[in-house]
Amino acid sequence: MNQLRERLAPFVFGMLALGLWQGSVWALAVPSYVVPGPIAIFNAYLSDYAILNPALLSTLTVTFTALLAATLLGVFLAVAMAASTLFRAAIQPWAVILQVTPVVAIAPLIIIWVNQPFVALVVCATIVAFFPILSNTAAGLAATPPELLDLFHLNGATRWQTLFLLRLPAALPNFLTGLRISGTLALVGAVVAEFVAGSGGFASGLAYRIIEASYRLEIPRMFAALVLLGVSGIIIYAALGLLERFLLRKRNAA
Amino acid sequence: MFTLRALAKQFPNGTRALEDITADIQAGEFVALLGPSGCGKSTLLRLLAGLEAPSAGQITWDAGHKPGPGDVGFVFQDATLLPWATAAENVYLPLRLRGQSRAETAPLIETTLARVGLAEFAGARPKALSGGMKMRVSIARALVSNPMLLLMDEPFAALDEFTRHRLQEDLHHLWRETGKTIVFVTHSIYEASFLASRILVMSPRPGRIAADIRASVPEGPNRRECPEYIALVHRITETFRRVMPL
Repeated sequence: MNQLRERLAPFVFGMLALGLWQGSVWALAVPSYVVPGPIAIFNAYLSDYAILNPALLSTLTVTFTALLAATLLGVFLAVAMAASTLFRAAIQPWAVILQVTPVVAIAPLIIIWVNQPFVALVVCATIVAFFPILSNTAAGLAATPPELLDLFHLNGATRWQTLFLLRLPAALPNFLTGLRISGTLALVGAVVAEFVAGSGGFASGLAYRIIEASYRLEIPRMFAALVLLGVSGIIIYAALGLLERFLLRKRNAA
Repeated sequence: MFTLRALAKQFPNGTRALEDITADIQAGEFVALLGPSGCGKSTLLRLLAGLEAPSAGQITWDAGHKPGPGDVGFVFQDATLLPWATAAENVYLPLRLRGQSRAETAPLIETTLARVGLAEFAGARPKALSGGMKMRVSIARALVSNPMLLLMDEPFAALDEFTRHRLQEDLHHLWRETGKTIVFVTHSIYEASFLASRILVMSPRPGRIAADIRASVPEGPNRRECPEYIALVHRITETFRRVMPL
């Protein structure tokens, strides 16, 4: 009973907030080009979905391609760093520098250097997304119980056996935590890159539609695009959470 | 089985963990390395396993006893099972690492699990097992490759007393049955007295062998109460009083 109430709580709260929002917009007669109410936003989506849906698809394509690239890059670097202290020493500071530099600052350069727009967007989003996967996977690999490493050594395990039968499975929970953070970051990275690219004249993603709508004072459409982004973010986060539960179900089975 | 001659271990930070360890261990002995925390007994076990190299002295193996991969079974203080694998898969691990197939080793895994009393728990994952059961799986994992030397590093220290007593009895029984050479690290005088056929009492910093005691506690259900056991506990306590005055 209590569990059900807790499950319903965010929806009830959301409905209340939407109702309050719509009510205030009506009561104060705010023009929709300043603050549109939820109904106006919904109507904007209904009339513009032919523009908004392909834009969403474009943004999500960039997001998932970047997430895939970030996963491959992050896991590869983490394994290489675990295998060689020299490689770790050489790479780690640069990975941190890449992480702390705001992608908005690098994006214009990447868009100039990479003249294929889709690739440029993916590169930007990958830069934003790979670090949590790298650092979490590296932490997981480093936290492999030393006794188990000894056990593998005593039984004459090869490096590859130790990697695939011990270190990677041991790092899986950390990797999945990183993946979950990176999933939403990839979306953020894709949007930021689209913003920068949009002002450069190409792109067709949601961020571009948001800028376009703001120039034309089509605020309800801008909000509709924002809602799509928010919902996509929640779905990505939840889906990666489900993936995590599925992959770890064996070790959590009591 | 092997001889330790003037064995010493100094860590890179300057700590002298072991000094002048000399002993001659016969095949089939149950040796307890008994001493307080920090006396280097775990380090000595790691030297025996070949996980670390001594800084001085040497370990000489008798002919035909030089262990190769899988010839040393090691049981750690924690069960350290693979959390994603079942009890049977954990026991299979040492065999898998040497390229043996699951199918050909299935009967061996089954009998090994039965030997530690876990025949019905082959499919259970560590999270579903109690602390004592996990330790039993860990012991089965060490036994499955039929090692000639079994090294145990305070394996029962983290268990409750009831479970510990049961496991001590089962381990002692297993040693009597198989005649394996066992080196068992412990800081419990009672545990060493109950289990071992020979007790090396160690003094700390740097670790040295303070006494080499042959135990002769008769077998039987009253091992923990018989006068020989009590006399042995007493004798070890006296030894500690002598080498570690308050």
